[in-house]
Amino acid sequence: MHKAMMAAALMLAAGCAGATSAAAQDKPAKLKIGFVYIGSVGDFGWTYQHDQARKAIVKEFGDKVETTFLENVSEGPDAERSIEQLARAGNKLIFTTSFGYMDSTIKVAKKYPDVKFEHVTGYKREPNVATYSGRFYEGRTIQGTIAAKMSKKGVIGYIGSVPVPEVISGINASLLAAQKINPAIKIKIVWVNSWFNPGKEADAAKALLDQGADVIMQNTDSAAAMQIANERGALAFAQDSDMIKFGPKAQLTGTISNWTPYYLARVRAVLDGSWASADTWAGLKDKMILMAPYTNMPEDVKKLAADTEAGITDGSIKPFACPIVDQEGKEVECKGGDHLDDSQVLGMNFYVKGIDDKIPGK
Amino acid sequence: MPFRLERRAEPATAMVALSPLIAVALTIVTMAALFAALGKDPLAALQVYFIVPLTDTYSLQEIAVKASPLVMIAVGLSLCYRANVWNIGAEGQLLIGAMAGSWLAVATHGTNTGPWLLPAMLLLGAAAGALYALIPALCKIRFGASEILISLMLVYVAEFALDYLVRGPWRDPAGFNFPTTAEFDAAATMPLLIAGSRLHAGVILGVLLVIGAAVLLGRTLKGFEIRVVGAAPRAAQFAGFDADRLTLTTFAISGALAGLAGIIEVAGPIGHLQPGISPGYGFTAIIVAFLGRLDPLAILAAGLFLALTFIGGEQAQIALKIPQDMAKVIQGVLLFYVLACDSLILYRVRRTAAHRKAA
Repeated sequence: MHKAMMAAALMLAAGCAGATSAAAQDKPAKLKIGFVYIGSVGDFGWTYQHDQARKAIVKEFGDKVETTFLENVSEGPDAERSIEQLARAGNKLIFTTSFGYMDSTIKVAKKYPDVKFEHVTGYKREPNVATYSGRFYEGRTIQGTIAAKMSKKGVIGYIGSVPVPEVISGINASLLAAQKINPAIKIKIVWVNSWFNPGKEADAAKALLDQGADVIMQNTDSAAAMQIANERGALAFAQDSDMIKFGPKAQLTGTISNWTPYYLARVRAVLDGSWASADTWAGLKDKMILMAPYTNMPEDVKKLAADTEAGITDGSIKPFACPIVDQEGKEVECKGGDHLDDSQVLGMNFYVKGIDDKIPGK
Repeated sequence: MPFRLERRAEPATAMVALSPLIAVALTIVTMAALFAALGKDPLAALQVYFIVPLTDTYSLQEIAVKASPLVMIAVGLSLCYRANVWNIGAEGQLLIGAMAGSWLAVATHGTNTGPWLLPAMLLLGAAAGALYALIPALCKIRFGASEILISLMLVYVAEFALDYLVRGPWRDPAGFNFPTTAEFDAAATMPLLIAGSRLHAGVILGVLLVIGAAVLLGRTLKGFEIRVVGAAPRAAQFAGFDADRLTLTTFAISGALAGLAGIIEVAGPIGHLQPGISPGYGFTAIIVAFLGRLDPLAILAAGLFLALTFIGGEQAQIALKIPQDMAKVIQGVLLFYVLACDSLILYRVRRTAAHRKAA
């Protein structure tokens, strides 16, 4: 039995080796592009949006590219192997689409200098590792404006994922915008310490509604909170992708991460040889983030939201316009002239005045 | 119930030995059917899963790296399970071990420590894992509490403790508030067996532990005690074996091995402490322990086989675009067949008389 199995195995191996080498000779070299996903392509949130961009690449470049993705790759010891497997399989451009892949991406990049890497939301770069992220706080400014207009009780419920600067700046931007409409507005925050955990997200939404919130914002990836809000007659904002299917009566709008323009540009750069490591941080202006249609709100709020969106896009509205006062009542240094500069937003680790909470671990 | 299970008077010895192999064979047949249902060539898919990873040194190294924590934990668990006590919380013991060992690495970060650092981290990790495993063991013998529930619930406690540490006191000050410690210094990381690969010294340690456990079980009085207490508790009582002490011993050993596996993962392939350091090794190791029929040497084989499904699953995703969930389905199907084979070899299925009348 053993011998027979070995023989079969060898035959299979030989057959496959023959097939692949023949295929390699026939076709012109395609650019192989790999993607590492933290969730599944069907999460209707973060990973779904990255996969939409992958599909756009296939549509745009057709035969010139071949894409492969690995989904549900955990950020622990498996990440480095997954990335390296893609590099070994001949992928010359690899998108690693979660912050937690940062060190693994850097490690593999050092081993494969001829492979180009694109890492989302990270801050470590190499000559062959570029980073990119969206200015998600711009969307929060619009959401905060709408929330303050729509909340009858004056309480916003906020589902926090992980207290990193991106999320802290989102909370601050929301409240700063909301305070302009209603200076007495309150924001209640529940941390679920995860980017994607539908069960916990649903529990958090229920807890926030029970505590008197009537508009839910979330920095987590699933549509669970949207569904709860819809069931309980509350309002909510979508995260990463349009969740209107899950909350036809609840969804006000949502910040959609739109990676397609960036991904197309980066693939084009590799194809024409102009790719270089860079740090890209783009927002509404570059369409890296988009707003879902404004729904379930009266016309005047719709108009206010659209005006805010236009203002951020043309630069006349600055989400972090000075003066900004922190929780202790101290005015924050204004490094960008009339607004906080990018480094202050990227490293944001304080709450603005009016948030009745403490940053976890601080 | 139309059917009932009846214990066979004498299960066939050959079948008992062959059972895991039959389970593996049935799994492969089932997989082939699943691949065909997905519209993939079953032979090509099986080849990518099980043969291709064995044909290049990189994949072989990665299989060893992946199998190492699984085997280490499963060997410890097998001692517990043989003694008929149920440690389900190896995942928590792994995390506690990882935290305890990392404490030294974090505390000495940036200072020039000697070669004692890494061994001290490993010892600390093992000790902390053992102590953490003693909590459910003590609750069981002192209060009659269920060790299954307590060890399982302590997993969540450990997860939250890890969350707290990496988000709070141990967070990398230069890390923009992201929940991770600074990268460990070179003195605090596992030495590599092959430069440029991820094959670390922990793999050798894992093999040594397998041999140690095999000797313990097969050649020592303690091993005999474990087997007797598990198989015939009353006989063990008459022989003067103390079941309570054995509960403590086996829990401590399995906790120590899980803790050791945890700190090795952190000091090896990961290189820093962060949430999500284990993709469920403590739970997957339970499958490994049973697939290896609680025998250390067979556990080594089972661990390597399971690691192969992970690596092969990844390569199948790349080469054939087979969904990643397939690897999990395979592991589930495998456990199902192992348990089913064992049941059907030890028991026979009988139709009940009542049902026959009704029919």
